[in-house]
Amino acid sequence: MSANPIPVKIVVAGGFAVGKTTFVSAISDIEPLTTEAAMTQVAKDVDDFGDAKTKKSTTVAMDFGRVGLSEELVLYLFGTPGQDRFHFMWDELVRGAIGAAVLVDTGRIDQCFPAIDYMENAGVPFIVAINAFDGMLRHHPEDVREALDLPRHIPVVVTDARHRAAVRDTLVALVRHAMTMAATTA
Amino acid sequence: MTNPEPDALSGLRVRPYMVTGGRTRSVVELPLETIVRVTPEGQKAVETLSLEPRAIVDLCHQPLSIAEISAHLHLHLQVAKVLVGDLVHSGHVATHSATADATDRPDLQLLERVLDGLQSL
Ligand SMILES: Nc1nc2c(ncn2[C@@H]2O[C@H](COP(=O)(O)OP(=O)(O)O)[C@@H](O)[C@H]2O)c(=O)[nH]1
Ligand SMILES: [Mg+2]
Repeated sequence: MSANPIPVKIVVAGGFAVGKTTFVSAISDIEPLTTEAAMTQVAKDVDDFGDAKTKKSTTVAMDFGRVGLSEELVLYLFGTPGQDRFHFMWDELVRGAIGAAVLVDTGRIDQCFPAIDYMENAGVPFIVAINAFDGMLRHHPEDVREALDLPRHIPVVVTDARHRAAVRDTLVALVRHAMTMAATTA
Repeated sequence: MTNPEPDALSGLRVRPYMVTGGRTRSVVELPLETIVRVTPEGQKAVETLSLEPRAIVDLCHQPLSIAEISAHLHLHLQVAKVLVGDLVHSGHVATHSATADATDRPDLQLLERVLDGLQSL
């Protein structure tokens, strides 16, 4: 048997239809797979018997891909939707992650706000990657930085979710950023 | 344990929920990228296993993450974790992850290796 590879992961976040699944499949060795997680939320209100009253269940589907980096190293890329109600999943996803690439469609910049807020609050290394649909860059990266009120040390890059090389370069930018963060906090 | 209300189950496929005996949380907290691999002893002792655990053991002749197990067997992530946790306990599979403590971020040395790997793609 060959050695077991060490698993590392990167989160691909962003609004609906920004290109997360496209981004993952551009570089994945396998067709992206889907896993579902369920959360049962117990409402706070309590009935006459002191039992919790209502339970609500939410299911969230995540796409993910796998990139063999060497015999000993495998990278998992998890694409997950950005709505607030999925944060229970993000807590698990960002745990131990290298970091996150937050995809932005410059036509709908506001859609990435929840993802950026989350990563900032959780202290997760992240970069912003503008998915230039059809090579069209409607806004300059620096304008995007300003619109998002991003600190200077957070990289803003332009990517193309459909192209493997562009996706790889985006991941390289994220890993470099994570290394800078690791070096400054160590 | 009281019966779960019907709507608490509506988002779950009932059968895999039942195979875990109603538990939704694994004793050991396994991150979803945890690699699972059958052990030599586990390979020889599948007869006693029920359907889902056996399917996991069969899948994990190659190293696979819990997320992949969940996707291939159409099990909710939490269910896959509980079943893998049981199989670790019974010695059928072994798991490993990048850091001893799953809450740690990869260290500089590991990040360097990831960078090298990406650049050689
Ligand atoms: N033209 C073009 N279409 C894209 C690009 N990226 C994604 N798409 C399309 O946009 C749609 C949504 O992409 P998807 O990856 O499913 O978004 P997700 O919801 O973030 O996972 C799909 O039909 C993609 O083919 C791009 O860069 N250019
Ligand atoms: Mg998608």
